[in-house]
Amino acid sequence: MDLRPSDPVLELCAVSMAFPKPSGEPLPVLAQVNISMREGEILGLLGRSGSGKSTLLRIAAGLIKPSAGEVRYHGAPLAGPSKGIAVVFQTFALFPWLTVLENVEAGLDALALPRPESRRRALAAIDLIGLDGFQSAYPRELSGGMRQRVGFARAIVTEPTALLMDEPFSALDVLTAETLRTDFLDLWTGQQLSTRAALLVTHNIEEAVLMCDRIVVLASNPAHIAAEVPVSLARPRDRLEEAFRGIVDQIYSILTSRSLESIGAQRQLRGGAALPRVSVNQISGLIEKFAAAPYDGHAELATVATQLALQSDELFPTAEALHMLAFAEIKQNALRLTAAGRIYAQSDTEARKRLFREHLLQFVPLAAHIHRVLEEREDHQAPRLRFETELEDHLTRQDAERTLRVVTGWGRYAELFSYDDRTRRFAVPV
Amino acid sequence: MEQHAQALMGGMWQQRLPNWRDLAAVILVLALLVALGTAARQMASPWVDQAHTISLSPGALPLYALRTTVRMLIALVASLLFSVIYATIAAKSARAEMVLIPLLDVLQSVPILGYLSFTVVFFIRLFPRSALGPECAAIFAIFTSQAWNMAFSFYQSLRTVPRDLQEASSALRFSSWQRFWRLEAPFAMPGLIWNMMMSMSGGWFFVVAAEAISVGDVSYTLPGVGSYVARAITQQSLTAIGWAILAMTVTIALYDQLLFRPMVVWAEKFRVEQTALAVVPWSPVLELFRHARLLQSLGAGLRAGVDSIMRARFSPSRPAWSWRPRLPRSVVDGLWYAAILCALGYSAASLVRFAGPTLNRADLASVLSAGGLTLLRVTVLIVLATLIWVPVGVAVGLRPKLVQTVQPVAQFLAAFPANLVFPVVVVLILRLHLNARIWLSPLMILGTQWYILFNVIAGASAFPGDLREAAGCFRIRGIRWWREVMLPGIFPYYVTGAITASGGAWNASIVAETVSWGQIKLSAGGLGAYIAQMTDAGDYPRIALGIAVMSVLVIAMNRLLWRPLYRLSERRTRLD
Repeated sequence: MDLRPSDPVLELCAVSMAFPKPSGEPLPVLAQVNISMREGEILGLLGRSGSGKSTLLRIAAGLIKPSAGEVRYHGAPLAGPSKGIAVVFQTFALFPWLTVLENVEAGLDALALPRPESRRRALAAIDLIGLDGFQSAYPRELSGGMRQRVGFARAIVTEPTALLMDEPFSALDVLTAETLRTDFLDLWTGQQLSTRAALLVTHNIEEAVLMCDRIVVLASNPAHIAAEVPVSLARPRDRLEEAFRGIVDQIYSILTSRSLESIGAQRQLRGGAALPRVSVNQISGLIEKFAAAPYDGHAELATVATQLALQSDELFPTAEALHMLAFAEIKQNALRLTAAGRIYAQSDTEARKRLFREHLLQFVPLAAHIHRVLEEREDHQAPRLRFETELEDHLTRQDAERTLRVVTGWGRYAELFSYDDRTRRFAVPV
Repeated sequence: MEQHAQALMGGMWQQRLPNWRDLAAVILVLALLVALGTAARQMASPWVDQAHTISLSPGALPLYALRTTVRMLIALVASLLFSVIYATIAAKSARAEMVLIPLLDVLQSVPILGYLSFTVVFFIRLFPRSALGPECAAIFAIFTSQAWNMAFSFYQSLRTVPRDLQEASSALRFSSWQRFWRLEAPFAMPGLIWNMMMSMSGGWFFVVAAEAISVGDVSYTLPGVGSYVARAITQQSLTAIGWAILAMTVTIALYDQLLFRPMVVWAEKFRVEQTALAVVPWSPVLELFRHARLLQSLGAGLRAGVDSIMRARFSPSRPAWSWRPRLPRSVVDGLWYAAILCALGYSAASLVRFAGPTLNRADLASVLSAGGLTLLRVTVLIVLATLIWVPVGVAVGLRPKLVQTVQPVAQFLAAFPANLVFPVVVVLILRLHLNARIWLSPLMILGTQWYILFNVIAGASAFPGDLREAAGCFRIRGIRWWREVMLPGIFPYYVTGAITASGGAWNASIVAETVSWGQIKLSAGGLGAYIAQMTDAGDYPRIALGIAVMSVLVIAMNRLLWRPLYRLSERRTRLD
């Protein structure tokens, strides 16, 4: 097949995805996404957890069929997993009963090669990825980093044209992840791989800027492309360099403005939108941090993330929750405590609970809704199922379940309502 | 030291030199082959009823034990094939699943000896004048005691294959065949082997019961430990019973060491959990084979062959989605439902035609009251066994050293066919002039109570150490310790054990509620005794009625008591 250098290797064209709601209507989770993986580049797909980026990767790999739109591989439509596309999984997805060598050879099963040939190629991949000496080990004997190396070896042994990586480093500790990233980049820039284009799904902003040539930022509900950021820094890149920080900050502001949008949507939908998955302890913890020196109620999110060693996907939801509850305000890429937030930081438990209750009623429509229903009912009780069904009109089942769990935690802390898991009912606390 | 020497010698040619383990392994393999061959030849021989030729001499026992063992082995292989095929169909096709899984649920609630009453005649007609007919009937009885829960286990494994491994298999474009051998079969292996071991215990019980059977005017006796015991009972020989118990003990111990131990240790590598085990199971036999050098190098060739068969593709990989046109779903589903309804209606009609003319309301009343009596027995026995074995199990389980000696014994007792011990109890009842209606009852749970014991031991030894320490710190003692600390901790394990124990007790009632010693017959009444009497008389409609009522009772008990308890235990004892 003749390929001009500018032709995309793999292309998602107007891909949409929807799941049926309980009522039978479709609930869109991906809307009209266009992404193309170009020759010679590492493309980053950045988004918060639950933003649909893993679904996009699975659609690109042919593992899931999109409900509309199509995937083109070398210009031809894709109908299922195809030769030349390999996937690296977040959870490694190694077969525990196969040794390292056998796991890598399993990557070649589909090619039905003669035994010596498949053995030779597997050993070469093991050698390339730095697993020499571990051939006969079982995955359970390996550390996380070594396991993911097997995952990489299994993917590259097929000499894929397109390599799709689903948060490949997020299950690893910081140091191991960094080593693996560097090793991968060395292979990539040294052109030791047959791979022409790579896709990296991640929620880690710095990782994306470190590795990718172009970053697509996803926003959720339903997932769509919020921005596209080119990264033209020379490799190897330095995280402390000003240009690097500049791009990180730029992405932070894109994501914070998305956060504000989603909070707006929450208010508009009157409780029909997903709540950030944040516990009361995380909320209190962040308020206290911000109220104390050196921030004194105001700081840039990127700075806080670095100083507190928080991942952006840990910091964002909490910041969003603070903003939603009006304990703080997100502006561009900084967070500023409100007066209520400062008072909260200095109060004792009882006062905190009172303040939290007021803000919950005023600013979180779902909590207010549950409270109102309980007040209106004669026995001051209501089954959880009722709210679950209501939520599932706007959210996937999983999101509805999580959102209810979050609001239950908040409501219990504020003593706004109680919940009995055995009867699965909400009640007004006595 | 030995390993050191090996490392120093190195070199491929030296590794192939036979060592003493090769000799031992070869002897073991040859002995097994000869034994299997002998037994198999006899099984296919022309039929001679052995009722009067069964010898009570202890010298005859090894051969009888061998015949019994071979029946077990054949049934095990048959169950394995059945499980794999049945479960795979059920897991891959939603329509088949709709029928197969409820059917499996009913099949496993039917008392196993009930199958025997109906299949004996069929198998004897299938192979007239050959020993194969009765052999098949006996093997089928063992099969029914194993196949259902093995199939369930395999089905459940297929349904719970981790999502990431499924995706990896799709992304690696495995064909269906490769997917089965690479992913599904290995993933299901530990559960399958565990269930095989569990049902093996039941198997011994039923092979002993199935070797000497009479249904109406059809009766047969197959050489084996079971018919040896049957003969000993008619001859009133307690000594012979003692020999039989000894022979069975040795047989079960050998079976465990030569077959199951190696399998369990081998299956270790299929566990998905990526953590190391606290207690690593160990099998001397497997070690022997793993270190027999010559056999290993011969085996390597064999393994390579098997490996390339498993890795062959045979069919192209299925794309994740296919574009083939198909009938609208609702039409096909409608047809399928209609077919199921027709089959159900036809079966119901033929049942009524078969049993209707002979059965009347009085029959139903007597069966129901007999069923009530047996239900009462099972309930009381489970309560008693719980009161005895839960404290014992906890006491043992909290002492790791004791666990290592008691647990194998409990597992052995669960595997031991309790019906071999029945005559001993019967003699006691006769000598002491005890009330048969009361004192025959414990026989029902004699073999299955051990499931409660060893599950409770397992639960107590898995009880988190920090919770025990916390309880100690806060000085939680006495009744509160049981109620708040230990009982919730072992509850899921207890429920698992109690389900098996109660199911086993129902099964055992058919042989436990009527027993004989020479010419003396003792009956305790109850549904088991009813089925046994009707089987003796060859009264098929009433056998069917008795079995149906027992199945309904078992299903009802599972649905109304055990399943809710199991769900409760799952929900209440997890932290996330």
